[in-house]
Formats: sequence, structure tokens, C-alpha cells
Amino acid sequence: MDRRAFLKTATLPCLAVCAAESARSKPPANDAQFTIEARFYEKLPYKKIKCKLCPRECVIDDHERGYCGVRENRGGTYYSLVYARVCSAHVDPIEKKPFFHFAPGTMAFSIATAGCNVNCKMCQNWEISQSRPEQVESTYLPPKNVPTLAQRYNCPSIAYTYSEPTVFAEYVMDTAEAGRAAGVKSAVVSGGYIQEEPLKQLCRRVDAIKIDLKAFSEKFYKEVVNGELKPILDTLVAIRKQGTWNEIVYLVIPTLNDSDPEFKALARWVKTELGPDVPLHFSQFHPEYLLKNLPPTPVPTLERAKAICDAEGLHYVYIGNIPGHPAESTYCPKCRRVVVERAGFAVRAINLNRGKCKFCQQAIPGVWDGILHL
Amino acid sequence: MDQRPGTNRRNLFRACLAAALTGRAAVPSKSKVVISRDPALRSGASVDSSRLLNVLDRAMQAVYDVDSPAEAWKRIARPSEVVGLKVNCLSGRGNSTSTVLVEAVCERLQQAGIPRTNIVIWDRLNSDLESAGFQVSSRKDRIRFIGNDAAGYETALAIYGSVGSLLSNTLTRTCDAVVNLPVLKDHGIVGVTMALKNLFGAIHNPNKYHLTAGDPYVADVNMLPPIRQKVRLAICDAIAPQYEGGPSYMPQWSWPFNGVIASRDPVALDYTGWRIIEQKRAEKGIEPLRAVKREPAYIARAADAQHKLGTNDPNLIEKVEI
Repeated sequence: MDRRAFLKTATLPCLAVCAAESARSKPPANDAQFTIEARFYEKLPYKKIKCKLCPRECVIDDHERGYCGVRENRGGTYYSLVYARVCSAHVDPIEKKPFFHFAPGTMAFSIATAGCNVNCKMCQNWEISQSRPEQVESTYLPPKNVPTLAQRYNCPSIAYTYSEPTVFAEYVMDTAEAGRAAGVKSAVVSGGYIQEEPLKQLCRRVDAIKIDLKAFSEKFYKEVVNGELKPILDTLVAIRKQGTWNEIVYLVIPTLNDSDPEFKALARWVKTELGPDVPLHFSQFHPEYLLKNLPPTPVPTLERAKAICDAEGLHYVYIGNIPGHPAESTYCPKCRRVVVERAGFAVRAINLNRGKCKFCQQAIPGVWDGILHL
Repeated sequence: MDQRPGTNRRNLFRACLAAALTGRAAVPSKSKVVISRDPALRSGASVDSSRLLNVLDRAMQAVYDVDSPAEAWKRIARPSEVVGLKVNCLSGRGNSTSTVLVEAVCERLQQAGIPRTNIVIWDRLNSDLESAGFQVSSRKDRIRFIGNDAAGYETALAIYGSVGSLLSNTLTRTCDAVVNLPVLKDHGIVGVTMALKNLFGAIHNPNKYHLTAGDPYVADVNMLPPIRQKVRLAICDAIAPQYEGGPSYMPQWSWPFNGVIASRDPVALDYTGWRIIEQKRAEKGIEPLRAVKREPAYIARAADAQHKLGTNDPNLIEKVEI
């Protein structure tokens, strides 16, 4: 079952929110309830503004929107149009994000709004990420209500995912604060294209961030993502400095980002800049959106990527989107025994004791039993 | 009905005849761009509707090389076809497509036999239409005014080159023919906005395509088949163009040009309009768009061998000023 199929089947019909694949509809009756002044921007002459949320730094005229399509200049004041404007909400296993070292075996109350600050040709949720908020059906879900819903569905965490949480950063921050007050953790799934100041503020409020590192070349970022690699690497380093739990996903796309030198350069950079303990997931690509001309990633390619990174000394290298593959499980880097056994998104066994391998007492970094172990 | 810009049967016949008489190969015919003006078009901020009708009539007769406005408008569509007027209403009443111009076009279309029930004025948002002075109405017994937000978008992606977008239902399902009614103005990211750029209003994700001054995105959007096949004419509102500070309305940078620019070749129209903007910038001592990194390279892209949406070669543009 691929992620899209899972997304379709794992929805909560009781929630009055729509799926990522939901039909487009008329705009909500009350646009004002979703609109708040943006927190990261600079006013310029002639009612222009410069957005300071992501490295793109869109300069936006009156009545215009930024690249993300969810922030609008109205008379020289910049507004987020997606505050509490949830277009997708599901209860997912945390492994689906994927987070493998963060509360394994639990469910995450997963939410998204429309919009994204890049335009990946392989986006699997383009129906919401590449749309404007008024083009997708949405429900008003204020921050204070989200932890309550999460608890109702037995979710110890809220995941901000599917589209790009950076573009609804104000909502993430306020919801994460409400969650923290209620004892519900927050996990962000992001492309990492964000400026330093909003990232710092985010790190102070959330418990884990997974970064989709789309490739390890500027060429790929320019041609396939419409973004840049360097700011993503800066984000990863900044998250590390902030002490927020971080995992990395790398979607391996045949012919575009699957060369041995690229994998090796990636592994070396991760080990040097972030350390060997950062989980790195190599996921299988499926043809989507504007990249339908390429086949799914062969499993041997993923295994090759893992082997290269293992050889470079990374401790937690996973293979994703291949249910049942042995590399879905977590192995103790010291005794090599399975400390978290997985099959697909299911967790079959957790052989950890207070963040340590049950067999050899090796510390395994992650957020286990609600506590961060570094 | 729809013909490639710059070629029609009359011109083709002329070129072939000339070639036969001179013994030389036929050269490509020129794209005609008509600039029709009236210095007394405006009285203060208001536009004289009868004078504008006259400006429009002269433009249409010149574009189609015919003796009456009705004959020109009959070239646009058959009475059974639904004609969409793609206006540009982003900037409110200040520099959106003039309601007076739209009224004039509607009047002439009806006189050419297009029933009012077959005329649709559309843009991205109902609120944009309203802010420009149009009254939104989807009643089918009258001229319709409808935003894409109300009409919706296709669910299947339309893809060309760098672009993947959902197209407006109004374009794909409602309209058989489109008359493009942009505004002549400066654009803070892509340099200038006229005929080609106005079709960003037909896609659901225009915010994604302003990078690198819109090149190649603007040209690629215009290659999407429903756009390429249905847009038959562009009439650019140049009553009060803006040479700086656009696309927002900045009255300090607008000037009374008092006219319209019409062409069946959107590239030739945009090239001509761009030169007008540059000329005015030079007159006012403002740097050319190239110097401020806003040169509209998308115009040349639209004319290249891959796109062939028209010509940006001044030698192949017949500029008619009346």
C-alpha cells in the first residue's frame, strides 16, 4: 500500500474536514476567520511588503500573494489566509510521517492547510499543496481545539504535514503551544525552506521536525523543486543547534538524485554537520504530479543508498515505502539487534528501556516514552 | 475560425499573389497591431462611452481590415458560440479593465449577433470583478459576470513545458471563444502585463509562475491548448496605462494614453505595449526594465520556435496608429 492509498483509507469519517484528495469547492462563507496578520514580514514603500518567512523573500504588491499562494498583501499589511483553515485531517501512525525515533507505535493527529513554498514535480499532495486556500474545502479548527481532538482520538502528538507547515507557521506555533499546555506533542513534516528566525520560534514550540531533503544537489533543487539546497542544509544545522529532534527523509528518484557520489556526499555531510545518529530514511518514489515519466524506485537502488550511508558511518539509515523490508526496523548500532521492529507502519516490538537498547544498554537517540534522549 | 496570428486568408492570398507576380518566394505576412486613440476620450476620471465606442470601432475595423464594426465582430464568433471576455481586475477601479470598454465590447458583440446569454465576463475572483466595478451575476438569461472561484477549476492538470495547472471551468467548459481584455501596465515582477500575462487568470496557481520574471512560464501558460485554441483577439485597455509601480494602482505613475491596442497576435501586442511603457519610462527618467531586472523576456520566449505564439520582431509587426 503506498502513502496515497493509505491516506485515502486511513481517514476519519467522523471529522468534518476533508481529505487531501477532496473535491474543490466554493470558498468558505467567512474568509475573515482564517485571516490573521502574518508575523514574519517587512513593510516597504508604496504598500509593498517583503515576506521574511522563507528564503524566497517574495516582494509583494498590494492585492498580490506570495509564491506560496496563502499570504496576501492587503493595503500594505501582510496576512496569512490559512490560520486555522484545515483542509486535511487524519489520524495516522507516526511511522507514516515518517518518524522512527519519535513515539513509535503511536498515532499522530495530522493536519494541513493549503499551500506550499516550493513546487516539487513529484509532489504527492499537489491537490492541496499547490492550491490556494479558497480552492480547497476547509474547516475552521482553532488552535485550542486541536489538542482536544488529538486526545479524543488517542493521539499523543499533532503532526503538521501533507502540504508545507512553513506556510502556515503562525497556526503551527499557536497550535503547538496549545498542545504543549495540554500535554500533546507536536511534530512538523517540512521541506525546511524557512528563514532562521521563524525556524527558531518553531523549534521552541515543537518537539520534532522531519525534513524532506529532496536531493543533495543545487541542480535538482532548481530544476525539480523550484527551490535551493543551501537553505535546507542551513535549516538542518539550525535544528540541530536548537536541540529539537530531527529526522531526514530522502525520496530517491530514478536518474535524478540516485547516484553513488550524491549518496556519499550526503552521508558525509550528515555525519560531519549533524552527527551519525540522525535517522536518514531513503523512500521509494512513485510517479506523481509532473513526474509521471519515471518508474518507481527499484528496491536495489534504495538498498544501495543505505549501504553507502552505512559504510560512511551513519547509525540509523532506513528504507521507506517498502513494507516488510528489514531496513524498516531500528537496529542497535552496538549489538546490531532489533530495538524497534516494524512492518509497514505497524510497530511489532520495542526493545528499549529508558532510551537504551534492552540487550546491551546502548543509548538510542530519540523521543521515547515522551522524553528526548540525545 | 481561429487563425494563427499574423496569417489569414486575405494576407496569405496577397502574399501568394505577390510572389507569383514577382517570381519571389512568399514572405511571412506581418502581424498587425492597431493603436486607436482619442485625446478627448476622458473627461477627468470618467470615460466618454460614445468616444470609446468609436475608438474601439476604428481599432476593430483596422485589425480585420473591414468596412464596418459589425463585420469585424462577426469574425470573432458565430452567434451560437459563447464568448468569454477575460478582463483584468486585480487592481480595483484604478487600473483594471474599464467597465466602459467592456460595455462597448458587449454592445458590439450583440450587434454582431451574439446573444447576451452567450457573453461571459470572467476573471479570477468574484471579489476582483466587484472591486473593478462589475456586478457579479451567474444568471443565464443575461450577460454573466463570474469569477473562477465561483465557477471552479478542472480537476485534471493541463501541462506544457514548465507549467502544470488546473484551468478555469469558465475557459474550458463555458466559453467557445475568448476575447482577451488586459490592461497596459508595468508589473513589479515580470516587467509588463498585457495580453500574455492576463491569461494567468485562467489557471489556479499563478503564484507559482512569477519566478525569473515569468520566463518561460507566461509563454508556457499560453501554450495550454484551451488558451491557445480559444483566445481569438486581444484588446488592451490603454486608456490610462501605468509605467511604474504596477500591477497595483499607483496614480502617480499612470498617464492619459486614451486608447486601446488591438491585435490577433498577443506577442506582437505585448511587444508593442512594452515599447510604449519603456518610452514613457525614459521620458520620465526612470530606468529601463532591463536595468531593474524586470525585462519581460517571456515575450521573446512566446515568439520562439518552440512556442510560435506570435512575433516580437519589429520588422514583422505592422503598427497602425489611428
